[in-house]
Amino acid sequence: MQHWFNRQRYLIDYTVAAMARQRGKNLGLWLIYTTLIFVLASVILLGSALRREAAQVFQGSPDVVAQGLRMGRHEMSHAANIEKLQALRGAPRVEGRLWGYLYDTSSGANYTLQVPSPHEPQYALADGEAIIGEGVARLRKVNVGRSIYLVSPAGPFLNLKVKAILPEATALVSSDLVLVSDADFRRFFQLGADEFTDIAVFVRNPKEVTKVAEKVTIALRQHRVITKADVLRTYEAVFSWREGLLLALLSGAVLAFGILAFDKASGLSAQEKRDIGILKAIGWDTGDIVRMKLWEAMLVSLTAFLAGFALAYAHVFFFSAPLLEAVLKGWSTLYPRVALTPSIDGVQIATLGLLTVLPYLAAIVVPVWRSASADPDAVMR
Amino acid sequence: MSPVTARSARHTLPRRGSSLALGLLGVLLLACLAALAHTTWAQRQAARQPHLSAAMVQALRLTDLALFTEARYTRHLSQADTFSAFQDGPVALEHLPAGSLVMPNRTFPPSGFADAGSLR
Repeated sequence: MQHWFNRQRYLIDYTVAAMARQRGKNLGLWLIYTTLIFVLASVILLGSALRREAAQVFQGSPDVVAQGLRMGRHEMSHAANIEKLQALRGAPRVEGRLWGYLYDTSSGANYTLQVPSPHEPQYALADGEAIIGEGVARLRKVNVGRSIYLVSPAGPFLNLKVKAILPEATALVSSDLVLVSDADFRRFFQLGADEFTDIAVFVRNPKEVTKVAEKVTIALRQHRVITKADVLRTYEAVFSWREGLLLALLSGAVLAFGILAFDKASGLSAQEKRDIGILKAIGWDTGDIVRMKLWEAMLVSLTAFLAGFALAYAHVFFFSAPLLEAVLKGWSTLYPRVALTPSIDGVQIATLGLLTVLPYLAAIVVPVWRSASADPDAVMR
Repeated sequence: MSPVTARSARHTLPRRGSSLALGLLGVLLLACLAALAHTTWAQRQAARQPHLSAAMVQALRLTDLALFTEARYTRHLSQADTFSAFQDGPVALEHLPAGSLVMPNRTFPPSGFADAGSLR
């Protein structure tokens, strides 16, 4: 065992010395490899943290949301629709929700205006009062007690006194919220007294959600139904392998690795062949030459992978992913300040490792084996 | 540099390439293990404290993250109808950056048709 370990150390000594002879090239390769892992791992870590957060917070969402549709577009629901659903067994609580979007020209941001449930006294609001999200407060530079003006495209405007600002810890779900009273909301958007954005249904027995959703579909034919499972599934799919940013990045990375592997596997350079020929001529075993190259590939790929992962972890969970913020923010003016609870999706990280480390190992070792097996004299020529 | 200082400098760094390489590998491995430990610790800490966001979601009946506020179908991913992504026209292509990050809701409902089962 000691003999084997010493042998490997001598091979690593030679490998490091050989790599140091082409310091610039090897360092550049390592930096690019690390950067690639860093970018991919950052997206994976951010995605898994967001998915975990969403899976936890949306457990309290309404079990069923019924949304009116006409010609495939959203249409307002009415009090009569709510009354129909209140007659359903298994749904003790049915409420109309009032919420909508407002584009604020002064800040260039989209707000979500909402009326809190009358069953939640901590969010009770009188006319002329508002509770706003931390993103709205930050953009409009207002504090508790100050006034905030909202202008509707139809003309009416709201002069609201800020009663409270929602905690920064809830920014991921509340950053753009402006909570107002029922009367203010209806006056601002010029809604009738019996109109609602959609209908929230709470089901007593979680196992009956599907059944109640089916009953809602039958009771309200012009409505579509979104269950809590649909909400959770939506966010489970965000940043998954098959979608958007991760797929685009992974495709680029796999293509880049493919090009590198093809370049390496298509043959060694004349210098590399001569080095192998000399080693064979002075008595090196074919197996030792292959082991030496394997150590070179493993040192580069493993250190790059571990460094890239560690840097990505710090980037996402200690510095809130500033490099990805520009990508996520897009054209949004309002972006929540979020400190996510760390979460590591082991399967995705392991897959990343397999897709990057193994091809590199194969690309280095395969051409070396061919040269190491040949006659030293022929290789050196 | 004096001979004494030069000798000290040589002795502070490993002489063998393998010591340097394996040392670096060891340090990086420890850093990654520390990240795993930090994850476990942070999740335990989070579980001990009240989840303010979850309580707010329940109280305000929320359904979506306020992550992509550039358009209504990106702000409320789970609630968006099939039309809103084509709000500018029937063949209007996706033009918002967030649309390249997230897919629309895949459970397309029977929009406006009386027979709910025919499109599924």
